[in-house]
Amino acid sequence: MAPARPGIALRLDAALVPVLAIATALVAGGAILWAAGPQLEGPWLGLQFVAVAYLSLLEGAVGSRDAVIDTVLRAVPYAFSGLAVMLAFRGGLFNIGAEGQLTIGALFAAWAGFGLDLPAVIHLPVVLATGCLAGAVWGGVAGLLKARTGAHEVITTIMLNYIASQLAAYLLNGPLRDRSPLNVIAQTPKIAEGARLPDLVPGMHAGVLLVVAVAVVTWFVVWRTTTGFELRMVGANPDGAAYAGVGVVRRMTWALGASGLLAGLAGAVQVAGVNYRSTLGFNVGYGFDSIAIALLGRNTVSGVLLSSVLFAALRTGATKLQFRTQVSADIISVIQALVLLLVAAEQIVRWLYRLQAARAVAPAGDDEGREVAPVTIGSAETARTSK
Amino acid sequence: MSATDPAGAGGGGPWLLEARHLTKRYGAVIANRDVSFGVRPGEIVALLGENGAGKSTLVNVLYGMTAPDGGTLLVDGQPVRLRSPRDALARGIGMVHQHFMLVPPFTVAENVALGHEPSRHGAIDLATVEGRVVALAARFGMEVDPHAVIRDLSVGQQQRVEIIKALDRGARVLILDEPTAVLTPQETEGLFHVLRGLAAGGTSVVFISHKLGEVLDIADRIVVMRRGEVVGEVSPADATPESLAAMMVGREVLLRVEKAPATPGEAMVVLRDVQVAGDRGGRAVDGVTFEVRAGEIVGIAGVQGNGQTELVEAIAGLRPVAGGSLWLCGVEAQRLGVRARAALGLAHVPEDRQRHGLVLPFSVADNLVLNRYHLAPLAIRGVRQARAILDLARNLVARFDIRPPIAEVPVQALSGGNKQKVIVARELSHDVRVLVAAQPTRGVDVGSIEFIHRSLVAARDAGAAVLVVSAELDELMSLADRVLVMFRGRVVGEVAGSEATREGIGLLMAGGGRQLGDVET
Repeated sequence: MAPARPGIALRLDAALVPVLAIATALVAGGAILWAAGPQLEGPWLGLQFVAVAYLSLLEGAVGSRDAVIDTVLRAVPYAFSGLAVMLAFRGGLFNIGAEGQLTIGALFAAWAGFGLDLPAVIHLPVVLATGCLAGAVWGGVAGLLKARTGAHEVITTIMLNYIASQLAAYLLNGPLRDRSPLNVIAQTPKIAEGARLPDLVPGMHAGVLLVVAVAVVTWFVVWRTTTGFELRMVGANPDGAAYAGVGVVRRMTWALGASGLLAGLAGAVQVAGVNYRSTLGFNVGYGFDSIAIALLGRNTVSGVLLSSVLFAALRTGATKLQFRTQVSADIISVIQALVLLLVAAEQIVRWLYRLQAARAVAPAGDDEGREVAPVTIGSAETARTSK
Repeated sequence: MSATDPAGAGGGGPWLLEARHLTKRYGAVIANRDVSFGVRPGEIVALLGENGAGKSTLVNVLYGMTAPDGGTLLVDGQPVRLRSPRDALARGIGMVHQHFMLVPPFTVAENVALGHEPSRHGAIDLATVEGRVVALAARFGMEVDPHAVIRDLSVGQQQRVEIIKALDRGARVLILDEPTAVLTPQETEGLFHVLRGLAAGGTSVVFISHKLGEVLDIADRIVVMRRGEVVGEVSPADATPESLAAMMVGREVLLRVEKAPATPGEAMVVLRDVQVAGDRGGRAVDGVTFEVRAGEIVGIAGVQGNGQTELVEAIAGLRPVAGGSLWLCGVEAQRLGVRARAALGLAHVPEDRQRHGLVLPFSVADNLVLNRYHLAPLAIRGVRQARAILDLARNLVARFDIRPPIAEVPVQALSGGNKQKVIVARELSHDVRVLVAAQPTRGVDVGSIEFIHRSLVAARDAGAAVLVVSAELDELMSLADRVLVMFRGRVVGEVAGSEATREGIGLLMAGGGRQLGDVET
């Protein structure tokens, strides 16, 4: 009745769709490149053009030491916020607010970096912790709203994104603005030397190590602790969790707070490792891309890390692609969107490649035919269930 | 090889609907293997089998909902291919599903019209439909008001509407999937009356059930399925409940629970005038008072939706007690959470095992520790101990004969009976002082039912106070030492298990009993 090693088979199947989605998106992207490129005589030249475009993309992403460093640095915020979205997803929650949480994290980390006068040993940890805390509060607000009023986290986190960006505009133009006469833009002063992340190798800050550490911790919490078990229970079946005595609402609030913490850390690491300050309009889009990254990574830690590197490589390589082919770097957004579309609507991929459905529909059972949704998005009803 | 060979079956005339050598696979599971089945005009055929025996698959094929992998379907002797229920209806095959496909805020006539609305000048012509509903209802002795809104109708009446819907579309064969699961004994009688009338008028009926008594009562012919195959066909005159059960399960089955007389001790569950709110406001439980003592099994009977669900959830801590008081094991418990009640020794087998009792994508092992995952040795300082969890799970899987005997598979891969065994194993594997079991055998195969009943009796004999809520009267009558009957949120009667009769309980279930402290009804 049951396969001998269900784990392996399931994992292979889980990786298959994302890999095929990426391949399909690249093929479709190639067609768009061809169409967007110069008028060429015949298909042969066209194919060559697409090949050149993708080779320059690859070269731009990993073709030199600087390119690799660029890709890795770009993957860091993707990974933190991808893990953030994943964590909430595991609890059945759709955190659209990583963008806002990241902004707030960066803002407050920068404030801690220039506003506090601390010894170097503790200044950096304080800066990172401040970013985490600010992000956690921003995510936790959505959690509390859900717990207290049943407000859906998709709505509240989107709203909190707007509030975050307006708050950033106000603070960066007002109280936190760099008052030096040379500064003409909305940004904070630079953070103290002691608050900056040291370089791991020249040009690459130590935040990379932090990503690895945080990924391991996240994996451990989700898969090995009772907290993670409760989180996954709440995500897979909130009614079942309530039956088992889990404080469903409390666990959901925790999940959004913890998710915000990771997104806030993404912002703090950008400040402490890359920008050394918070600037209006910087680090925009990471939070939204991270939703795609979590989905593409199938809400697993290793999947998120791989997807982060892929998205970062596409972004980094895009410049070279544009330089070589004169096709706008925005083509990368198109490819990313295609990947996301194909992963989100995986039926398309399954149909294209004639794959079997992941789960055979209910066998002969008389009452077991109910479909089970793979990811349940928490709803207002679930907030009410537990006492 | 099946025992039925419709083509060769003598007597009774031609088949109206016939299936020859049907095979249907779902992945590795063969749901129907070489099934041959037929129904003649004006005949009531019962399709009997356990859950998972392939009854639903067979009727889904007959109704055009799934295409068979092999075999032929014939209507009036002509081979047909049914691509959809619409195809089936066009050929005179109608079906009443277990879960009704009605639109609650619409009227009877609107529901009947839905999908083939007659129109006049672009507007729906409901008057025509209303006329047809009235005519059909009168012809088959059903009382149905075409203007009534579905939401306001009882379950039995809604079922009538489903039947009329099928007949209105010209059904000559009516397939009913577990039609009595939601009815009181009296409503069941009423349904049987209607079905007999339909058969007398020439309509064929395919009646799916796993209740032996009903099948013997209504059917002209009984076809028994097991593991995807037709294993036998009998006439009710030649069958007994025991012989049918043996055919269904493939071995002798104890239909009655063997148990010694109860020796009730201390009151472990005490309810005093308990009130519980329903999902849509109002009082689902409206002042209920009773006790369950250590060492006895108390059953609660009642038609679904009379407050039993809410009562159980309130005792389990999933729903607040709005008024009155609840004591568990001598402790006032109405304000305690689920976990605190569990610590007192409360075990709960929930009514809806998919929704409450299990987390389907999780492994059998994780489900076996679903509400104790945080306790040592399963977790130490917040870190789960994989070794300890697996050891416990393997032990329970062996003790409770859960199949397949692999603790690592996702619980959703298990059959209904085995899913229920996972829950029973979990709830009975630790010190139980109070056990609340809601519909413990719903959708469970006969073999597992026997096992679950024995487990409940064993818990009682070990000194637990057991409260069983069930829609199956036979189950309550043989299992419970006392049976309470609920109607509209109140306990309207109590009978000793040994003295209970279907008729007596049925009357109380329908509200015909003495209404304890109830004046206005």
